[in-house]
Amino acid sequence: MIVGAKNTITVAVLGIVLATVVGVAVGIARLSTNWLVRRAASLYVESLRNIPVLVIIIFFSAAVILTLPRIENSIEWLDAIVMSNRGTWVPTVVGRDGVGAFWIAVAAGVVIALGIAWWRTKRFEATGRPHHRVLWTIGVVAVAVIVAYLALGQPLVASLPERTARSVTGGRVVSPEFTALLLGLVAYTASHIAEIVRGSILAVPRGQTEAATAVGLGPMQRLRFVVLPQAFRVAIPPLSNQFLNLTKNSSLAIVIGYPELMRVTRVAIGNGSPAPQALVLLMVVYLALSLTISAAANLANRRLELAGHR
Amino acid sequence: MNAPPVRERSPIRWLHANLFSTWYNSALSAAFALLLGFVAYRGLRFVFVTGRWEIIRRNLTLLLIGLFPRDESWRVWAALFLVTVGVAAAAGALRKRALVDTADELAPASPARRTADTLRRAAPLVLLVVTLFSLRPEPLAAVLVAALVAVAFVSWRAGVSLPARRVRIVVAAGVALMLGALLLLSAFGGVGWDRWGGLLLTMFLAVAGILFSFPIGVLLAIGRRSRLPVVRAVCTGYIELIRGVPLITLLFMAFFVIGFLLPPGTGRPSAVTRALIAFVMFTSAYIAEIVRGGLQSVPHTQTEAALAVGLQPIPTLRLIVLPQALRSVIPALVGQFISLFKDTSLVVAIGLTELLRVAQVLTSQGDFRGQQLQAETLIFASFVYWVGSYTMSRESQRLEQRLGVGTR
Repeated sequence: MIVGAKNTITVAVLGIVLATVVGVAVGIARLSTNWLVRRAASLYVESLRNIPVLVIIIFFSAAVILTLPRIENSIEWLDAIVMSNRGTWVPTVVGRDGVGAFWIAVAAGVVIALGIAWWRTKRFEATGRPHHRVLWTIGVVAVAVIVAYLALGQPLVASLPERTARSVTGGRVVSPEFTALLLGLVAYTASHIAEIVRGSILAVPRGQTEAATAVGLGPMQRLRFVVLPQAFRVAIPPLSNQFLNLTKNSSLAIVIGYPELMRVTRVAIGNGSPAPQALVLLMVVYLALSLTISAAANLANRRLELAGHR
Repeated sequence: MNAPPVRERSPIRWLHANLFSTWYNSALSAAFALLLGFVAYRGLRFVFVTGRWEIIRRNLTLLLIGLFPRDESWRVWAALFLVTVGVAAAAGALRKRALVDTADELAPASPARRTADTLRRAAPLVLLVVTLFSLRPEPLAAVLVAALVAVAFVSWRAGVSLPARRVRIVVAAGVALMLGALLLLSAFGGVGWDRWGGLLLTMFLAVAGILFSFPIGVLLAIGRRSRLPVVRAVCTGYIELIRGVPLITLLFMAFFVIGFLLPPGTGRPSAVTRALIAFVMFTSAYIAEIVRGGLQSVPHTQTEAALAVGLQPIPTLRLIVLPQALRSVIPALVGQFISLFKDTSLVVAIGLTELLRVAQVLTSQGDFRGQQLQAETLIFASFVYWVGSYTMSRESQRLEQRLGVGTR
C-alpha cells in the first residue's frame, strides 16, 4: 500500500508538471497568429479531448510501448537512452562515498539561495534597481553544487545504460507501464489544460494587451508580464480541478498493470484481504490526496489574489 | 458608378498575414507544415494502406451490440428509431424554446447556408456511418439508416412546430420513448441488459446513468442548500466524498461491496446493474454541484417575490427557482453526460464487455492472435468515442450560445 501510494504520487507529480507545460504551450499555440500552428494545436486538443483517457492509456500501452522492439534490438539514442518493450533506460547518477554530505551541502546552497532571492526582492522593492533574482538564485545553487562536488571528491558518477546481450546494465529503468500511463495521462490532461489556458487568456481584456503595446513592451514581454499573470489568476480553479482529475485518473493504471494504489488494492483483495475494508482505506488515501491538492490550490489562489491587491 | 470598397482578400495576402509575417513565423510555418504533413501521411497511410481492418470488418456486430442475440437484432433497430424520435423532437422543442426565450433573435440565415451548416455539424456522424458502411456494405442497413435520418428530420420539425407551452410534454414523451426502447430491447422475448455489450452497453450505461443521477443530483443540490444542518451536512459530505475519489474505486466498491449491504436472501444484482449503481452514485454528486451553481445564479429576489405573492416554499422552488436554475446549467449537464459517456470505458476494469473491452479482446481471437492488431481495434474504438463526444460537445457549445449563458 505504501509502495502503491508512492507510485501514485510519482505519476501524479510528474504528470501534473508535464501536462501543465504541454497544456500551456498548446493553449498559447491555439491563439497564435500563425495559421498552421493554430490548426495543429486545435487538431491536438479536439482529437484528444474527446477520447476517453482510458483508451489513450491503453493505446499507449498496447499499441506504442509494447510494440517497441525486443531488448536484443532495442532502439538506442545518443548512447544515453535505450528503449525496448521491457522498459526504457535513461541515464542517472549513482552516489559513492560522501553522497550524504553532498546532498546536505546542496540543500544548504538552496537555502542560502532562497535567502538571497528574498534579499534581492527587498532591495528591489526598496531601491527599484534591477533585482536579477533568478540569475542570483541559480548562480548560488550552481556554485554550491560545483564546490561540494569537487570538495567531496566527486561523490556522484553518471551511469549510462549499456546494452549487453539480453539485458541492460547501468542507468535507471522506467517500466513500460509507467511510461504508458504517464504519456496517456499527460496527453489527455494537456488537451484539457490547453482549453483552460486559452479561455483564461481570452478572458484578459484586450485593453491590457493594447496598453502593454502602448508602453512599448514586445510580444514576449506582453505575454510574460501582462497577459499570463492575469490569465493564471482566472485559470487556477479549473487548473486545480484538472490536477485532481489527473491524480484520480492515475487509478486507471489498474488496467495496464502499473502497481499504484488501485492496483495494489486490487491485488490485495485478490489475495484474500476483505474487500470493504481495503476499498475504504483506498478511498481515504485518495481523499487525502485530493484534499491536499485542493488545499494547495486554495493557497495559491489566495496568494495570487493578494498579490493582485484586488 | 462607384463600387463599394472591397477589402482585398487575395490568397497571397492571406498567406503573408497568417504564415510568413516575420522570419520566425516563417520558420514556425515550415516546421509545422512538416510535422502536420508527416502526421497526415502516416495517418492516411495507416487508414488506407497498412491498417489491417479485417478484424474490425469481421467483428463489427460484436463491437456494436456485443453478444446480443443476432436473431433479435431487429429490436436494436426499433429501439434506435424510438430513441431518435425522442431525441430529435426534444432537441427541436428545446431549440424553439431557446429562440423564444432569447430576446435578440439570431439573424436569419439563408437556406443554403443553413444546409451547409447542418452538414458541417453532422460531418463526424456522417463520417462514422460512411466508415461503418465501407467496412461492411449492407443494403438493408443503408435503407434503415436513410429511414432514421428521415424520421429524425420529421420529429425535429414536429418538435419545433409545437407551441412552447407543450415543451414539458415533449420532454416527458422523450423520456417515455427511451423507456419504451428499453422495454423493446429487454422485455417480450428480448434480452436483459446484463447480456448487452459493445456500443449498445456503452450507450445504455451513459443514458441510464444520466437519467437516474439527474433527480438524485437535484435533490442533493437542494439538500446542500437546506437550512437543516443535518440534511446539509449529509449532502455536503456525500458530494465531497464522491468527488474526492476516483470513479474506479466506486466501481470496485459496487462490484465487491454491494453484496454485503443487501439483506441476505436477495439475489446479487448483475455486474451491469452494479456498474450502473456506481455510475449513478458518482454522477449524481457532480450533477449536484452543477445544479448548485445554477441555484446560486438565480437572484434571491426571485424567491422573495414568489413568497411575497403567497407561494409556499416548495412550489416556489419547483415553479420559480428550479426552472431558471436548470436552464442555465443545461450546457454543463451536457458536459457531464459527455464525460459519463467517456467514463463508461472504465467498466473494462470489472470485466464488462462494452466497446473498449470488445476492442481489446478481439486481438486474442483465434484468427487474429499474435498479429499486433491492437492499434487497429483501439483506433476504431477511439474513433467511435470521438464521434459521439465531439458531436455532443459541439452541440452543447451551440446551445450555450443560443441560451446566452455567460454573455448576460
